[in-house]
Amino acid sequence: MISLTSIDPALVARIDHVEKLIGRTPLYGIQHAFSKPGVQLFAKLEWQQLGQSVKARPAFQILKDALLSGQLHPGKRLLDASSGNTAIAYASIGAALGIAVTICLPENASPGRKHMLQALGAEVIFTSPLEGTDGAQAVAKEMASARPDRYFYADQYNNPNNWKAHYYSTAREVYHQSCGKLTHFVAGLGTSGTFTGTTRKLREVNPNIEFIALQPDSPMHGLEGWKHMETAQVPGIYDETLADRIQEVSTTAALDWQQRFAQTEGMLLSLSAAANLAGAIQVAEAIDEGLIVTLFPDDGSKEVMN
Amino acid sequence: MSYIQIPTPLRKFTQNQASFETNAQTVGQSLHELVTQYPDLGKHLHDAAQKLKPFIRVYLGEEDIQYLQAEATPVPENAVISIIPAIAGG
Repeated sequence: MISLTSIDPALVARIDHVEKLIGRTPLYGIQHAFSKPGVQLFAKLEWQQLGQSVKARPAFQILKDALLSGQLHPGKRLLDASSGNTAIAYASIGAALGIAVTICLPENASPGRKHMLQALGAEVIFTSPLEGTDGAQAVAKEMASARPDRYFYADQYNNPNNWKAHYYSTAREVYHQSCGKLTHFVAGLGTSGTFTGTTRKLREVNPNIEFIALQPDSPMHGLEGWKHMETAQVPGIYDETLADRIQEVSTTAALDWQQRFAQTEGMLLSLSAAANLAGAIQVAEAIDEGLIVTLFPDDGSKEVMN
Repeated sequence: MSYIQIPTPLRKFTQNQASFETNAQTVGQSLHELVTQYPDLGKHLHDAAQKLKPFIRVYLGEEDIQYLQAEATPVPENAVISIIPAIAGG
């Protein structure tokens, strides 16, 4: 650990500049794709920040903490495993801060995400498509152990700054933008950072809110970014005691809602965002009154590029 | 003889086997042989009509079968069929 006074003031200024582009996303009221008297459904449009997905929040928090604590500095590379969106967030924010980024990415990541990483100047190490992000994590860990002088291993799956980003920003925004009236918070599980951080903070503020975590209905699903916890390597930051309940969402339901939302609200969602929508609608259908908030982690632009 | 590579999330249903040998003539038949051997896999790969679920990606060697003849794609000797899972988490 080094003191703040030893950090280059120019780097601190760059961090402050970039921080203005993280978070503060709109809370969108869904009116046409779904409506039910007594029930309001809202979603945070998380692609509207630097890095173009919800992953801007944890990526920035991880980078900022590593830079201010002296674990990372210009000349050392940030290294992590990712399914794509965190990688793009690291690469975008890293570029803006002058920090080089190396990503271990399963080879079957979408072509759109690969193109973006290339354009942003990230170094990409492709890993086995059969082993997903669990395999990519193993490769990243090995690289970090072999060259601790070259890499800062960000380890988003076990880094508490992942969930803290949502504890300090997402939860606050959700609460204020819903004027404190939300009754249900619904989010899918990937690294679990969004659900963990947002739930921890909101529960402190209002213990009556119900928290519903979503996961795929099968280990063989099409919901990129989501984890089927029973058959995957469980992230260290995942807290299984947090959710009031866990609901399953099928890929077919997400595909249906993706199309319906595009044609009624005019927004093309990513499949993981459509899966959050499908889960939130399951909740909405089961209640008579309430205000439900979910997140749309990403839009569908990278899927269209495929 | 050809081989099906089983992705990590599905090995729970194949007694942790990472590979399955088959003599079937097409990709679809090969996958049905796999499901016959490990019936718990069926609901994860096939829909109610016993067709491969549309979002599941299967490769023959380096080629996605949706750009070949889908489930009817012939399987050459010693070919490797891979079931590719969605990329999970982060």
